[in-house]
Amino acid sequence: MPRPVRSAILSCLLLAPALPGAEKVSFNRQIRPLLSDQCFACHGPDAAERKGGLRLDQRESAIGPAESGEPAIVPGDPAKSALIARIYTEDEDDHMPPAKTHKSLSPEQKELLSQWIAGGAEYEGHWAYLPPVKPAIPAATGHPVDYLVHQRQQALGLQPSPEADRRILIRRLYADLHGLPAPVEEVDAFADDPAPDAYEKVVDRLLNAPAYGERMAVWWLDLVRYADSAGYHSDKERNVSPFRDYIIDSFNKNKPFDQLTIEHLAGDLLPQPTMEQKVGSCFNKLLLTTDEGGAQAKDYEARYLQDRVRAVGAVWLAQTWLCSQCHDHKYDPMLTKDFYSMGAFFADIDEGIIASPEAGIPVYTPEQQKAQETLTAARDRLQAAAAATTPESEVAYLRWENAQLQAVLRPAWTPLLFPQRIASDGPTLEDRGQGIYLATGSNPDKTTYTLTASTFPATMTGLRLEAIPHEKLPGKGSGRAGNGNFVVTEIKASLIGPDGKLVQELPFASASASFEQTSSPESHPDNKWSAASTIDGDKRGAESGWAVLPQADQGQQLWLAFTNPVPVLPDARLVVEIQQNHGHEHHTLGQFRVSGTTLPVDTAIGSAPPLPADLAALLLKPMAQRTGDEQKSLVTYHRSIAPEWADHRKQLAETNGKLKELEDQAVRCIVTRTTPDKRTVRILPRGDFMNESGTVVKAALPGYLPAPVIEGREPNRLDLAQWLISRDNPLTARVLVNRLWKLFYGIGLSKRLEDFGLQGEMPPNAPLLDFLATEMVDRKWNIKDMVRLMVTSGTYRQISVATPEMLTRDPENRELTRQGRHRLDAEFIRDFALDTSGLLVQKIGGTSVRPYQPEGYWENLNFPTRNWDASVGDSQYRRGLYTWWQRMFLHPSMLAFDATTREECTAERTQSNIPQQALALLNDPSFVEAARHLALRAMTEAKGDDTARLTWLWRQALQRAPTAAEETAALSLLAKHRAEFQQDAPAAQAFGQIGRPAADGIGLTELAAWSSVTRVILNLHEFITRS
Amino acid sequence: MTPFSSLHRRAFLSRATYGFGAAALAGLLRQDAPAAGVPGILAAPHHPPRAKRVIFLSMAGGPSHLETFDYKPVLAKMDGQPMPESMTKGQQIAQLQGQALKCFAPQHEFKKFGKSGQEFNALLPNLGTMADEMCIVRSVYTEAINHDPAHMFMNTGSQIAGRPSMGAWATYGLGTESQNLPGFVVLTSSGKGGQNQPIAARQWASGLLPSRYQGVHLRGKGDPVMYLNAPPGVSANRQQDVVNTINQLNAAHEADVHDPEIATRIAQYEMAFRMQSSVPELMDIGKEPASILDLYGCKPGDGSFAYNCLLARRLAERGVRFIQLYHKDWDHHGDVKQSITWKMEEIDRACMALLTDLKQRDMLKDTLVIWGGEFGRTPMSQGTGRDHHNKGFSIWMAGGGVKPGISYGATDELGYHAVENPVDVHDLHATMLHLLGIGHTRLTYRFQGRDYRLTDIKGKVISAVVA
Repeated sequence: MPRPVRSAILSCLLLAPALPGAEKVSFNRQIRPLLSDQCFACHGPDAAERKGGLRLDQRESAIGPAESGEPAIVPGDPAKSALIARIYTEDEDDHMPPAKTHKSLSPEQKELLSQWIAGGAEYEGHWAYLPPVKPAIPAATGHPVDYLVHQRQQALGLQPSPEADRRILIRRLYADLHGLPAPVEEVDAFADDPAPDAYEKVVDRLLNAPAYGERMAVWWLDLVRYADSAGYHSDKERNVSPFRDYIIDSFNKNKPFDQLTIEHLAGDLLPQPTMEQKVGSCFNKLLLTTDEGGAQAKDYEARYLQDRVRAVGAVWLAQTWLCSQCHDHKYDPMLTKDFYSMGAFFADIDEGIIASPEAGIPVYTPEQQKAQETLTAARDRLQAAAAATTPESEVAYLRWENAQLQAVLRPAWTPLLFPQRIASDGPTLEDRGQGIYLATGSNPDKTTYTLTASTFPATMTGLRLEAIPHEKLPGKGSGRAGNGNFVVTEIKASLIGPDGKLVQELPFASASASFEQTSSPESHPDNKWSAASTIDGDKRGAESGWAVLPQADQGQQLWLAFTNPVPVLPDARLVVEIQQNHGHEHHTLGQFRVSGTTLPVDTAIGSAPPLPADLAALLLKPMAQRTGDEQKSLVTYHRSIAPEWADHRKQLAETNGKLKELEDQAVRCIVTRTTPDKRTVRILPRGDFMNESGTVVKAALPGYLPAPVIEGREPNRLDLAQWLISRDNPLTARVLVNRLWKLFYGIGLSKRLEDFGLQGEMPPNAPLLDFLATEMVDRKWNIKDMVRLMVTSGTYRQISVATPEMLTRDPENRELTRQGRHRLDAEFIRDFALDTSGLLVQKIGGTSVRPYQPEGYWENLNFPTRNWDASVGDSQYRRGLYTWWQRMFLHPSMLAFDATTREECTAERTQSNIPQQALALLNDPSFVEAARHLALRAMTEAKGDDTARLTWLWRQALQRAPTAAEETAALSLLAKHRAEFQQDAPAAQAFGQIGRPAADGIGLTELAAWSSVTRVILNLHEFITRS
Repeated sequence: MTPFSSLHRRAFLSRATYGFGAAALAGLLRQDAPAAGVPGILAAPHHPPRAKRVIFLSMAGGPSHLETFDYKPVLAKMDGQPMPESMTKGQQIAQLQGQALKCFAPQHEFKKFGKSGQEFNALLPNLGTMADEMCIVRSVYTEAINHDPAHMFMNTGSQIAGRPSMGAWATYGLGTESQNLPGFVVLTSSGKGGQNQPIAARQWASGLLPSRYQGVHLRGKGDPVMYLNAPPGVSANRQQDVVNTINQLNAAHEADVHDPEIATRIAQYEMAFRMQSSVPELMDIGKEPASILDLYGCKPGDGSFAYNCLLARRLAERGVRFIQLYHKDWDHHGDVKQSITWKMEEIDRACMALLTDLKQRDMLKDTLVIWGGEFGRTPMSQGTGRDHHNKGFSIWMAGGGVKPGISYGATDELGYHAVENPVDVHDLHATMLHLLGIGHTRLTYRFQGRDYRLTDIKGKVISAVVA
């Protein structure tokens, strides 16, 4: 299908009026783009693909003899130039560019090349790689932007447009600087402000309001590819929201761009980095990562390196370094070696390659930070106190040491060793040493352990049964029941002779325990699982006994006193029988020890708990012979158990608990950590990680841009950052101001925001770009200053309606004969709707939020599967930039309006106009609820009749009154739907339930009818357009 | 209430003539003409097309070629023996890294089907009846060995995120013949076994191409298209009133500001409104005769692969350019025997029905059907399953100008490397575009100073499979 209109545009472009002083052919403007596009792929920087030994990107090669012996270009003589012959020839074999490349030169282009050669075939350096030159601007010429714009317009015979009216201006400023609609009161105040600087006052007010930082963040977060998920495969969530807030804050406090750059790339390398600087270094961690099973570390090591290099090229330099990943760049002088040397700057980043996202470091709010500092100080004081020695502590320690020494020399309890052990019904009692036994193997509901000792202390007065927790027992308890519990129902002791015959029973007089279970008391006659029931001859029932839930995972002790001391009989053996006849769900002992004592049992129970073996050994060493550390470990141990220190210990535990709690509450952020153990970086031929034949490279800056000499050490990320923002770097400032310009004028001065290489576009108004770039550096990277400069020009303030003449003479508005018009970004469309409706909750920062999203949208996510639970309360009504950014499945309303998935750095979003946008604005509950809330406000806040309310609505949404036609259409819709909803109460009722249901007492039919009108308003092209 | 009728539209257009939305205006005008659609970038195909549309059956997870379409008796003989090191040395290995590599015999019986004697899994008797329509390619290889990058490569020809998927390219080139449906539609289904590997929406994204070429995911549950249904309480008529008023006011605004985007926006609201009835109509297979439902073996709304195959045919009938079905759970690291049994049940009848149904409607001749996964599986065992494998695997095609009843290419005797007529993924893309009438080196989009294309810098048309 032919397209006459579009062809007309194209011919307009081709035949665009000659530029000022264009008699001489310009290499940079006319010839290089031609050569680059048509010839460089085979005759350019890429040595591997170069044909015929000819490169046309360098004059020496182009005018020197090629492989054929003939020069391609003979300056001043097109007729003798092989290049001219080859582009004009009809011979298919010789014709350039070759047919198979699908490239071709138009007659005009061929003529241009001839003229250029005739004129001497002069080359110029690529404009973007040359230092920007500040154009001379005469004093007192008004705004410098306007001066430079008008200079060109006059030369081309073009006129600027008149200034827009104040309503449009303030709406534009709010959209551009805040991404929000202008409040009605502000519109009125500005319209009526007679001050000569009324406009500048609005600009300054907006630049100093927090919404400015949010607006700028939307732009910057695309560039640095900020998202809440990892990107590959399972697309796991990751903790990075403090970085988003850091960006907002940086713009709001007007952090100079050079500082921002340093923090992004090397915040962690700064001396004693602040939390802010560390969070800034999260930039290095925003790339796509994977934890897919079977992924190979070498593969992803290469991907991560390549991702980071592409990012530096894209964010700061508008260089398409991606091409050099596999081969030398075909257009730009970026070599593969440069690419991987750039990658080596990031080889020190400490990270897992195939790994789930790290948790990151806690980032405290100012209040949390304060609490954290107070608690840390308290903890430090307590720890210092615990380390200090006072006369009192000295005395307490010596008393303790003495008692311990006695206990070590003469322990109260002697572990009994049972060479003979029988467990009925199957379990094995494994010897764990030191009298400790562990039941393993089959796990019956009932069992009796019969333990026989041939040696034991003489005249024992009592026994102790210790239940000892074990890692492998259920719940890390001491019993074998599923909850780690046990029930010891009866214990018996006796002496037997060598023949195994009973010599004497050894009855017990009393039993007590360190803890007795009181839960499930109804099953036990004592209303607790008592120690007493282990020596009652089963009077309380055979299944009743001693149990310890919920303290099964702490060691417990049962103490039994013999009625009479055990008599000394030659050759007698001691038999201890531990019955466990509870009979339900394996309530039997897992790990235990039986010991005996010869002290009175009460004394033995109260004796000092045994020391760990290593400390006991130390005690036996005289104090004078102990090393400082040895003595310290004893003192430390004492303080960890001594009653004198109990209060101190409690305070310390509480303080540490609070610190931990604070840390758990804090939002976390993944940041860069450096390691001296750098990864080895090789040049990967064709980008192939399997190919390890490439040269190993160290970090180095690309050779084609001015770079400082760094000697005696390998440069690091800090050097990289310094290089990017050095005055000698011709690209960074140009790239930055060009992108800022796009925000406020709709199109870049060079329209290729993402490519300042040879395939990019030399800006039609190059002096203006250079002026802004040099200003940026001269003003010490002050972004707000530059934004103010851009939005205070007369050029910015023009109307955005094109005349037919402009559409012919300046169809794309490259000469700035008017302002641009463009649809708002996805986030701002949400913000406009919510703010106009009155639902918007203006809170800065925090973790990402979840606006309503259709159910099941995440059904294809896995590892783990995830549900989207819409935020409730205030979090549901936050600005668009706080929306949870899931790379694999970005919120559908965001996607519909061209928000990017932020997998790669994006300098410019596409601007599409698709049916999904209509569906989202019409039917996404977020927009429907906003419309309904706006209707509610019209019903409650606006005064007067329907017409008055309509006017109120129009002013809220569009900062103007409706036209007569608009009024008629809206009133007609209102009347029709009012009548319909009155007849259809259930429909009005259902409509009232969308989102947060409408409050009681609101007339639902009236609300539904007015909502039809507000839905129309929120869907209007004008509403979602910045003009 | 005045609807924004065709009369209004014409009046509006005559006013808007000096505006600039050429494509948009042309699009609007065309709606008055019959059998129109949304045009692509190509004024005409590069050469006479053999296929008008593509139905791509993506078997996500990586089907084992060794249990489906590539029978290897030698592998059976070597069961349990070490894989020859000469074959595996220096190759990418996924989960079997660092483990002993042992041969694992094919776990299923194969059978020859049709006059052509095409050999595949004996559990595909229904598909077997269409063997003489199929062109089996047994020598495909890909760059990537993990699911996510392999899907990216299969869909976009690149492992770097952000490139347009093949459906987006086809729609960008050729547009769509449907006025009421998007040009590129995606359906998903799951079955038994496998690991339910995730699939990202980027697999059907338009990437660096304009968003209007992105795939639209038609879902079995909830709104079939995001936000398709009018809000609760808003009837179709009331929704139409709202849309008409929006368009009427937008048209009036255009008269003041001459913004060509407005004409496009009006067209998009009309399209959105049409979709509110065309999509439910599409999804309502209840009106299909019982014989058709029996043929596919599905019930309305059951969300099965078979149901999606039937929807694919309905989409094809309605002029949709590129229809992509994802059927998941082919990631058989364990128990490949049982898992493949399940998968054969899920696809056998559905694939047969799709081919049969297209053929009986005389649509198979210009509908290219492609079946295949993002990679294949190792001849080596991973317990009772197989690991990811990228050096050789099988796909099949049918219809749309493909030679019927043939096999092309082969892997070595163990099914490891594609050795005879190896087919790169770019070759597959080049062939697909060729059948659509597109020269794959000529459909390009300039981005970052470079002309991007689906086949990147590679790709050759496999002329041996073109009828």
